[in-house]
Parts: sequence; structure tokens; C-alpha cells
Amino acid sequence: MRRVETGTWFVMPAILLLAAVTIFPIMDVVYLSLHRKLLIFGISEFTGLQNYRFLLQDERFWRALSNTIYFTGLSVVLEVVLGLALALLMNRAFRGKGLVRALVLVPWAIPTVVSAKMWEWIYNGDFGVLNYLLGTKVNWLGDPFWALHAAIIMDVWKTTPFAAILLLAGLQLIPADLYSAARVDGAGPVRLFRYVTLPLLKPVILIVLIFRSLDAFRVFDAVYVLTGGGPANTTETLSVYAYKVLFQTLQIGYGSALAVTVFVCVGLIATGYILLMGRKAGLR
Amino acid sequence: MRKGMLYLAALVVVSYSVAPLVWQFLTSLKMDYELTRIPPLLPEAPSLAHYIAIFKGRMFLRIIANSALVASCTTILALAVGSLCSFGLAKLEIRYKALILGFVLSISMFPPIATVSPLYLVIRAMSLRDTWLALVITYTTFSLPLSIWILTSFFRELPDEIYRASRVDGCTVFQSFVRIVLPLAAPGFFATAILVFIFSWNEFLYALTFTSTEASRTIPVAIALFPGLYEIPWGEIAAASVIVTAPLVVLVLVFQRRIIEGLTGGAVKG
Repeated sequence: MRRVETGTWFVMPAILLLAAVTIFPIMDVVYLSLHRKLLIFGISEFTGLQNYRFLLQDERFWRALSNTIYFTGLSVVLEVVLGLALALLMNRAFRGKGLVRALVLVPWAIPTVVSAKMWEWIYNGDFGVLNYLLGTKVNWLGDPFWALHAAIIMDVWKTTPFAAILLLAGLQLIPADLYSAARVDGAGPVRLFRYVTLPLLKPVILIVLIFRSLDAFRVFDAVYVLTGGGPANTTETLSVYAYKVLFQTLQIGYGSALAVTVFVCVGLIATGYILLMGRKAGLR
Repeated sequence: MRKGMLYLAALVVVSYSVAPLVWQFLTSLKMDYELTRIPPLLPEAPSLAHYIAIFKGRMFLRIIANSALVASCTTILALAVGSLCSFGLAKLEIRYKALILGFVLSISMFPPIATVSPLYLVIRAMSLRDTWLALVITYTTFSLPLSIWILTSFFRELPDEIYRASRVDGCTVFQSFVRIVLPLAAPGFFATAILVFIFSWNEFLYALTFTSTEASRTIPVAIALFPGLYEIPWGEIAAASVIVTAPLVVLVLVFQRRIIEGLTGGAVKG
């Protein structure tokens, strides 16, 4: 009995900190979202579900939601495909492999703000190197179609290394015997990939999809710094919209309702993946 | 021939990864009049003028110091609190272990935007706005899930016998944690430290919300809000980017093995 108590002491500081700085605010944000709260005027009144009712009619919210879904879907798919290609390459034996692996990790380590500023300069319509290399004259960040895709390309550049590293670890867990056995049976590289690599890598691919989807759905820095949500809100994601409502127009109540919505969406995505994993595990 | 293809692919991948950074470095060396001209791609007469400009007035130094302090304090605190918790979860008898780990993991999925407004109000009420402390507490908490997850998997790999033997030899639980288990888990400890440091060095949303002057402003906020009188000072932004990125690139080149261990130890094995 005594040992149970000791263990609890070890775990307690972490649990307390997590409760105070994450659980309490989450409950508080739900509470705030039921209020009309304007900081500058000192207004705070309980309005029930009023904010959520407003949210359903708010076109800017629906726009932000669809931007966020599009951003998440496209960037995550690209990251997993490119990440897999990178991982397959890094899994091969060649001289200088360690250096290649380290250099590939560099974009992951750079602050998102820095990479956003970097790409903003690359995308610059007048003096950007992208236009120079392509021989075009496009105002990438000022164009409603290109701006969101520009943000996606930047995000893919920044986070593919993370996907690649996890997938590489997954590749290394696949026993080499399986490949030699399949080769003896006459399988070429394509069939090896299709019938050995891909099925065995599935659990890791799923993990990468979860991590990346949850992360991409709450995207803030990348978009806020690169485009600020513009032009004309065409790149505004849910987190960026919520942030602007909270801290630029200082509508804490409505902003909190938007924040709660992000939280609920992320929860739904996570639950979806967990159910998917559970079903896969059950079938086996 | 096949080897040649492999090297070509590696070359393409590496260029894709580092080219934007190299471009930023070249930009930082160009004079202002060269920035509005392309071609040429390379600076005609490389100049350190932008680097000298950002260090004028000591403000940038102060901001680097803020970032370094916040990231270091966060790393130390997160490792202290996180390793205690992980040791408990890996080696001691605790009820609801799986539940606690699940709880910790689910917190890592919380979107920062969902907690930023209540935390801001609390921090304002406690007059902690624009202080390091507000950032350190927040960052420590949000890096706990990752730290606990990685450290627990490292502690679990240590044989239970080592821990039990030290207890039989008369160590208290805490002594055997500090003297026996911690030194053996040093690689995991190190991997976690690097990841937490990078996270705190790079964090933007909370820093943007909680800081307001150079008393506590960190590098990402300073770069995002770079002041420009008439136009965006691209040269100076580039110079500042190079300076804050350099330590990270060094970290990655030197400790890539540890970083990869940390990233994968938490996710793929677990």
C-alpha cells in the first residue's frame, strides 16, 4: 500500500500542472463562449448559446472552416506521399547518408515564423526568386487562388521531414527476411513495395496521418505570418479567425466560441482515427 | 548507374530542403538596392550591413536573451517534472496507469487557440503579462505530454532488476531514481531536452499574446512584427532569420541521431 502512495507523489506535479494550465482553461473557454464579453467596455453578460447561433450564420466562419479543411487535407496528403519518398531514399545505403538525413531535418527545426518570412520573400511578386525561376509575374500571395496554395506548399516544405523521419523508423522495423523471401519468389521492386512495404508500414502511416492532421487543422503561425489570412480572407483558417476575433476585435465571447469549435473538430478527427485504428486492429 | 541515380535523388532532396534557407542567407548579405533587382542571384559585394543594423540599440540582443532564457528554463522544468512523472509511470505501482498516459497523450492534441483566451485572462489578472514566467509555465505544461511520452518509453526499456537491486541496497525510491535510473536514461533525457528546447524557442501563438514589449518578447514574435518605417525591411528580416536559425541548424547537424530517437521513440515504438 505504501508504494502506491510513493508513486502518486512522483506523478502528482505533472498532473497538477496539466490540470491547471490545460484542463481548467478548456473548461473556462467553454464558459467564456456562453458570454458576450467585450474587454474594452468591461461588458460581460451570459447569453447562452447565442454565440454559437451567430456562428452558424457567420459566412466568414464557414469560409474559414472550408479553408482549414482544404489546407489540412491537401497538405497532409502531400506530406505523407513526399515523406514516404524521402524515407525510402534515406533507407538506402549510400555514403553521406547521415549528412543527408540531418540536412533534410533542417526545415523541421526552423521556427515557423522564420520559414513564413522566408517564403514570403520567395513569393514576393516584384522581386521574388520564384517568379524569376519560373519566368512568371504572379503575385502569389495577393492572388486568391495561389495564396492558400502558397501556404500549403510552405507547410509541406516545413513538415515533410517529420513525416519522413517517422516513416523511416517504420521502414527500419520491417524485417529484411521478408524482402529476401519475396525476391526469391520473383517479386520486382514495384511488387515488393506494393505487397511488403506498404501493408507493413500501414500502422506508421496511420500514426503520421493522425499527428499531421491534428497539427495542420490547428494551423496558426504559418498562415498568420505568411498572409495574415488575406487576400480577402481567402487563406484565413479557423485558428487565425479565432485569434483575430479574440485579440484584434477583442470579442472574447465569440472568439472563445470559435476556439471551442476548433477544439471540437480536432477531437472529432482524433476520435475518427482512433475508431479507424480500432477497427483495423479488430479485423486482424 | 543505380548508385548514380541514388546520389542524384539525394542531391535533389537536399537542395529542396536547404535552398530557401540559402536564399535567405544570400538576401541577408545584399545591400538594399540589390534587393529590388533580380537577377543577379548572388550578392555583388557581400555586406554585413543588415547584421550590424539589427544589433544597433541592443534591442535584438535583449530579445535573443529572452528566448534563450525562456527556452532554457522551460527545458529544465519540463525535464524535472516530466521525468518524475515518467519514472512513476514506468517503474512504480500506480493505479490507473493507462488512464494517466491516455490523459497525458490526449492533452497533446489540444489546439493552442482553445486555451489561449482563458490563459490570457488569468495571466492579466495575476499581472503576469509581459513576463518570462508566464511563458515558462505555459511552455513547460504544453511540452509535458511529449516529454512524458518519450521518457516513459526510455525508462521502460531499463530492466526492472536494476531499479529493484538499488532499492534492496537501501536507496529510497527518490535516491534510486536520481542515482541509478536517471544516469542510465541519459540519452532519452537528452533527446527530450533538445525537442523541448526547439519547441520553446520556436513557439509563436502564446508568445504573441502574452508579451507586449522587449521585456519578454521572444524571437519569433520580434521577427513577425519586424518594424518597418515605409516598407518591409527584407534584408534585416533575413539577417535576423539567419541568426536565430543558425543555432537550430547546428543542433540538428550535431544531434540528429538524438532528435530522431526522440521523435520516433515517442511515436512509432509507443
